[in-house]
Amino acid sequence: MSGTGRGASGERLPLWRAAWVVARRDFVAILFSRAFFFFLLGPLFPLVVGGLAGGIGTQVRQSVDQPVLASSLSPEENARITAARRNLTENGRLDLPEVVSVEAEAGDTAAILRSDERNYGAVLSGSLDEPVLAGSPDKLERWEGAVAVMLAEARQSAQTEFSSIDLQPTTSTTADRNRDQLVTAQASQLLLFLLSMLLAGMVLSNLVEEKANKIIEILAAAIPMDAVFLGKLFAMLGISLVGITVWASAIGVLFLAAGNIIPPLTVPATGWPAFIALGIIYFMMNYLLLGSVFLAIGSLANTVREVQTLSMPVTMSQVLIFFLASLAVTQIDQPIGIAAMIFPLSSPYALLALAAQDDVVWPHLLGLAWQALFVVLFIRLGAALFRKRVMKSGRQAKVPRKRFWQRGSRAA
Amino acid sequence: MSETLSEPLERGNPRAVPDRRLAIEARGLVKRFDGAVAVDGVDISVPEGSIFGILGPNGAGKTTTLRMLLGIIDPDAGERHLLGNPKPYEVARAVGYLPEERGLYSSMKAYEAIAFMGALRGLPLGEGRKRGRLMLEEHGLGHAVEKQIRQLSKGMAQTVQLLGTLVHRPRLVVLDEPFSGLDAINQGKLERLIRRLADEGTTVIFSTHVIAHAERLCEQIAIIAGGKVPFAGGVDEARDRIPAQVRLETRRGDGSWRAALPPDTEHDVKNAETHLWSFDLPETGPEPLLRELIEGQAGILSLSIERAGLHDAFVEIAGEAAARALEADTQAELAA
Repeated sequence: MSGTGRGASGERLPLWRAAWVVARRDFVAILFSRAFFFFLLGPLFPLVVGGLAGGIGTQVRQSVDQPVLASSLSPEENARITAARRNLTENGRLDLPEVVSVEAEAGDTAAILRSDERNYGAVLSGSLDEPVLAGSPDKLERWEGAVAVMLAEARQSAQTEFSSIDLQPTTSTTADRNRDQLVTAQASQLLLFLLSMLLAGMVLSNLVEEKANKIIEILAAAIPMDAVFLGKLFAMLGISLVGITVWASAIGVLFLAAGNIIPPLTVPATGWPAFIALGIIYFMMNYLLLGSVFLAIGSLANTVREVQTLSMPVTMSQVLIFFLASLAVTQIDQPIGIAAMIFPLSSPYALLALAAQDDVVWPHLLGLAWQALFVVLFIRLGAALFRKRVMKSGRQAKVPRKRFWQRGSRAA
Repeated sequence: MSETLSEPLERGNPRAVPDRRLAIEARGLVKRFDGAVAVDGVDISVPEGSIFGILGPNGAGKTTTLRMLLGIIDPDAGERHLLGNPKPYEVARAVGYLPEERGLYSSMKAYEAIAFMGALRGLPLGEGRKRGRLMLEEHGLGHAVEKQIRQLSKGMAQTVQLLGTLVHRPRLVVLDEPFSGLDAINQGKLERLIRRLADEGTTVIFSTHVIAHAERLCEQIAIIAGGKVPFAGGVDEARDRIPAQVRLETRRGDGSWRAALPPDTEHDVKNAETHLWSFDLPETGPEPLLRELIEGQAGILSLSIERAGLHDAFVEIAGEAAARALEADTQAELAA
């Protein structure tokens, strides 16, 4: 079994190679676990339910027979008012009720309204010069203006031709754009927060599982703890990117199926491609920051219960940090905005909000380097704590700890 | 690889083995946890290619000592060289370690688990898988190659982990309580495996609270109790701490030969013609005693010289409290 073929080198695996061994194992193990399957499905349930509800709503709306306006004028006037409606609703300029011509002899107004032939909401009778609108009070109140506009248009003459206008649509004014970009910033921050929280929790449970497996000592003996933490973090990052891909695909399908259920967002200052790229990078950094903090916490705990107890304050702190970043959205160039960009745990949120409102590049480069520095620091801290606090064993002979005054007197 | 520590120690190195290179050498290792002393000034020298046992009750500091030797934790004081390197983790690929708390990923297949443990020590995954399959078959677990760890019995899973410890063919194998949890048959298999490793030149160091394993396997031992090592050296050396017991039956009760017996000799008369004598074998050894008995015509009916066992040596060296704790641990494990 042993004996032959021993490697000449006894050196430990380099950090990145060791991290790769751990990451590969974790990635495959998590990817093919039932837990991950349900983890993927979890966020899809509300999306699917929302999508189905939206689709059904749309279908219901479409299937309900919309009320129409019965035009019981002379045939010529019927034609003129129908033409007037067509003119006014062309290119979506006005939303006017559908007009259906009925013969004046079809019966009195009440008979037309009771007719099962169409869903008549009101009846326009008399003439263009002396029109009479009959219907329920709410319909009259709702359609009075629309009918007046159509009548005015119809009265002008059949020959009236509207001059063609060259349309130049603009998104909005400067003020509107700034307001809308704030909405984009807030929406992206919220998405970042939800995804990060969801995934950082998985890192924690992964480390706890490792402790429960009791395999952590094998890892600690063979490779640096930094590599163990790094490997776990990057495995989960890979998993999270798989998750995001799946969820994004699901959202894409829903968007195609029922596009109007997703509210449109204003183009961010950096443009969508750069903003999405930055969003992914900030998600990764935010996840690495949060994940490394959770790993450090996991290092302090020995049981799942301890982990839950310790992680609660951090989760709450994360919510507070999110609120800070949300507050900073509207004051991105004020001290609170700058503070949110500097504080490492809120930095990804604040900088993403900045990207939505300003196309300046250098804060992102600086911010990413700053965040990476703290990821490294948190990993090293977690690994050091793990080595210091967790690897204890056996019954220990208690030695009374000296009080500070006792130490002082000895020194004296 | 150095034979001794790079810096000469002030108090010398009384336990160093002079003629063999050392796989492990530690001096004055100290470890405290939150003010509690777990290991207090441990010295250990393990010759290359030897089987070395660390013997002591649970909580004596065995695991902490092994963890310090391997660099899993750093000592608060003292120094250690592993395969000649003062930074143990720098030679991690030449070391195999089986921790006391057994652990494997439950969803992994047996051969994958072995390959993964090899990969941690630098063995390419493909090679690890190949060796894993072969090793499982060699150890009668060919049927379990494709089984997940959770589908294996506890003993089989322990074997898988042990094979994972050895898959990269380490020069030094460190086993923390390797016999714990194994039935008698598997304990026997493990003993044979350890001997085989040593025959092939691998250094094996293991901790145990079962004296019999250390006595059967080890050339050298360290007895550890209360975080201290009151003895480290050869098993024979430990046993020699207690003088051999002489039991003598003679026809005669007096004569000049009695001067050869130590002053505290116990004397009993079995019947008119049989005298029973019990005493510690004099430091001069059995030959002068025999000469005196024969020349003095003591009329020897029977003579036996019983050498002390390692258990007696342990009691003598570590004290009765440690011996009782050791016994209790053994009984507890048997009961479990």
